[in-house]
Formats: sequence, C-alpha cells, structure tokens
Amino acid sequence: FRGGAELLFDGVKKHQVTLPCQPEPWDIRNLLKWIKQNLLKERPELFLQGESVRPGILVLINEADWELMGELDYKLQDQDNVLFISTLHGG
Amino acid sequence: PCPRSHPRTCMKCGQGTAALVIRVGDPFCRGCFREYFVHKFRAMLGKNRVIFPGEKVLLAVSGGPASSAMVRQVQEGLSREAAKRLRFVPGLVYVEEGAVRRQSPQQREQTLAQMETLLQATGFPYHLIHLEEALELPPSILQPGPERASTSSPSYKEAVDSFIQQQRQDGDGGTSLPGHSSPGRPAGAPGTPSLPDAARTQELLRSFEAAGTATAREELLEMLRTHLIVQTARDRGYAKVMMGESLTRVAVKLLTNLSLGRGAYLAVDTGFTDQRHGDVMVVRPMRDYTAKEIAFYNRFFGVPTVVVPPLFTKRREKPSIHQLVERFLLGLQEEFPSTISTVYRTGEKLSPEPAKASSESQRCLLCLCGLDTYGGEWGGHWGDLGSSRAPLGDPLALTEEELALEPTLILEEPAAGVESKAAYIPLLCYSCRLTFKELGPLDTLPAYVRAEGQRR
Repeated sequence: FRGGAELLFDGVKKHQVTLPCQPEPWDIRNLLKWIKQNLLKERPELFLQGESVRPGILVLINEADWELMGELDYKLQDQDNVLFISTLHGG
Repeated sequence: PCPRSHPRTCMKCGQGTAALVIRVGDPFCRGCFREYFVHKFRAMLGKNRVIFPGEKVLLAVSGGPASSAMVRQVQEGLSREAAKRLRFVPGLVYVEEGAVRRQSPQQREQTLAQMETLLQATGFPYHLIHLEEALELPPSILQPGPERASTSSPSYKEAVDSFIQQQRQDGDGGTSLPGHSSPGRPAGAPGTPSLPDAARTQELLRSFEAAGTATAREELLEMLRTHLIVQTARDRGYAKVMMGESLTRVAVKLLTNLSLGRGAYLAVDTGFTDQRHGDVMVVRPMRDYTAKEIAFYNRFFGVPTVVVPPLFTKRREKPSIHQLVERFLLGLQEEFPSTISTVYRTGEKLSPEPAKASSESQRCLLCLCGLDTYGGEWGGHWGDLGSSRAPLGDPLALTEEELALEPTLILEEPAAGVESKAAYIPLLCYSCRLTFKELGPLDTLPAYVRAEGQRR
C-alpha cells in the first residue's frame, strides 16, 4: 500500500499473505473482500467502494496497470504482487 | 459482462509489453511511457516560454507525488546533453505543516529528516520552513511586488539567443549547478533543523481551530503556504516559482473554486502562469499530468516521496468543498473516463484578464486578485456597513430575503475600541469574503493580515 493508503493498514506498506484454499477462485474481487475482512483496520469506505476500490486508488498487479489484466476479474497466481497506490488528496 | 481490458502490447512502439494504460485506452510500455513523460515536461516549458535561461527558479516541494516528479523532471532536464538541456537554476523549498496535520513533535522531526534527505540528494540549494513562520510574514506579502519594467526585460527569444552567445564565449562551461554552495541551506545549526517553539505552534493552531468550516480551513492553509513560498522566493531572489499541481488537482480546483465563488479568477488560480504577485511568477508545469501518470512514473522510476497525514478536521464536521469535489470528479471518472480531462481542457480555454494597472484598493487583501465586487450593488452597500451607517439605515431592519441574499454580510456589535471584522469586507473579493466570514475572530488571524488590512 502506498501514497497514503498504508495509513489504513496500521502504516504497514508491505503485507505478505497466504490466502486460504477455497472453492471460489481467487480473483481481485475476492481478494478485496478478504482484505476488508482481514487487513483493513479502519474506515473501509476510504479504501473500498462497492466491490471495487475507491475511485482515486490505483491497482498494480506485478508492476502493471490492472486495466491491462482484467481488473477485478484477474485470477491471482502464486507469488503475485498486488500494489494499491492512493492518489487522493486527504481524508 | 466484459471486463475492461486492453491489448498487452505498447501502442507506440508496437513491441514492448504494455505496463499501463494512459488516457482512455492507450497502452504504453515502460520505455515509451518514460519518453512521453519526460517529453511532456520540456514541451510544457518550451511552449510557454516564460522560464528564461540562467534564471533562478524555486521549486515548491510538498513531498507528494506531483511535486516530487516535478523535481525529478528538472533534474533530468538539467542533466541532458547540451543542446536539449533545460537551462535554469533551481532551488527547492519545503513547507513543514505538521502542526496542522496532527503530527506529534517526533513525527514532525521524522518528516523533516526524510524531506531533508530527499532535498539534499538533489544537490540543489534548499530551504526548509515551517508553517508557523507565516506568523512572521511581512504585510508587504499582500501586495504585488514591482514587476520588471517591460522596456528593460528581453523577450524570450532574445534571452535564449544572448544566453547561447554567452555560452560560446565562455567555452562550454555550461550552466553549472550551484550544487554545493550553501546559500540556500537553512540558517542556523547544521544538522536536523529544529521545530518552532510551542508558543508559535499554538498560535498557528489557534487560527486553524477558529475556522468554522473545513473549507475555510483548507483555504487558509493554502493561503499561508503560498504566501510563505512567495516570500521565500522574494527574499532569495527567485523570480519564478514552480508548483506541482497535477491535471487531476487542477480539475478539482477548477470546480472547487467555482463553488467557492472564484469564477472570475479560474484562469489565474489554475493556469500555467499566475502573475498576481508581480515580481514573482508562479508556474504550474505539472498541470498536464494526471495523478495516475505521476503515480506510475514515480513507481517505475523510483521517485522518492514522503507521505503526511491530511489537514486536521473536527469531529462531526462536514467535509470541505475540496473533498466533495474530489470525490465527485473521481467518482464520475470511473464511469466516464474523460470527465477529468474534459474539465481540464475547458479550463484551458480560460485566459487571465489582461492586468489592469490596479491600485491596491482594487486588489483583494487575501488573494491579491482584482476585486470583483468593486462598485457592485451588494459590494458597495454592505461593505460600508461596518464602518458607517449604511444609506439604507438600520441593518437589522432588512427583510429575511435581503439577509439571505447577502452571504458576505457580517452582523456584529463591535465592542468599543475593538476592531470589527466587517470593516475588512470591502477589502476582499467575493469568495475571500465568504472564507473570511468562516474564519475565526480577528485576533486569531495572522498579524500580517491584520496589519495590512488596517493600513488600507
């Protein structure tokens, strides 16, 4: 998490996570749900909106724009790196 | 539903793997993106032709992504081989605002240390100042400085030609950067600069806490910061200041300022050049870059930034107009990806009114723009209310409607001998009147504002 987004996660910029096995595929959509339940310490509305990220938050998957990878539908693979950068002003 | 996804090959070179999507659907690879980004900066300066070779330019750095990317562009531009090299002499200024961002003294020192490291690494002279120093600004900051007489200043082309001539004569010494000379280092002890003493911080906080709305507080912060930066420029002989407002920020500012009643000044507030201070010109070279482009550039090419918390807000306070507009625009952008660029391009069509020979009685006390209320029906009457009996008689005899229509009216019973806030109204433009009304009582405003106000 960068650009100020880390402030919502105890200031921790990098989180190494192991996602539990489950029948549903692990795509970004489900990852966001998982983040909301397991990582977000406060004020989810500053990070999420609906089933996606709040407007103004950029998502990079393995250093590439998620718009190139299918956004929420991208299927996560082992060792993938997902980066959220906030470009928001404040609050 | 078909997910939004784009081809994975760079549209520019047709070869590289696309790393990001620019604008509405253009995939670029890293290499082409870098070229695009760097080129845009040079083109911006080249097109506008206001930065003269050899000129001292002060870069206002906030630690945020846009101003950090701006510094990097300046570094890149200055280091290129002779023909295409940028040719001005940069300095940096950072305004430490921890006091109003709810940072503890330790956090403030940490931020300062990080920023100092960042600034030092550039090799440019730098100045670290605290927002508290706004309390010591001279009243003269509220007047435009003398502009250079147009007869003596050369045109851009002449300046470039003579600079090149000079270079040839000097042999190719080039514009050497004043990297290690220290006129710009903060005065005082070497090593980590210290925080202002607690009394000053308290005094500063008082102004901010007395503000009644988040909107007025944001405006106050921007005003003090700008005045500090311009004063620094003036003190140190910089005729130009570069501010890192991105395209996204400019679009938000356009709509915000419209909502604040600053429609008359949109061009000055958001345009490439802002000449209201006379001798110091503010330029905005990053205004063509979206927040996304900047964020990706910084990530790909390792531009360091320092994150600070936002301006404090009170519990249960409504969000500021700035925050609402940002949320609105970004939200709309999701569904309509050309929203922000459209707002921006519409703004580009605005141009500033040619500068009238304005005496100080025609300029707003706070924002230095030409008054838009002078002689106006409301401005004329209500403005006089504080200092003399209005021709209309007792103000309390106004109808509900009349009161509602005049948002800049301040009804006060000034105690004997105490200055009334209403007396300042005629000195302010429409939107500054609104902000002023939402700020605290006069004694919470910085001294330089009161001093200049009293003088007028």
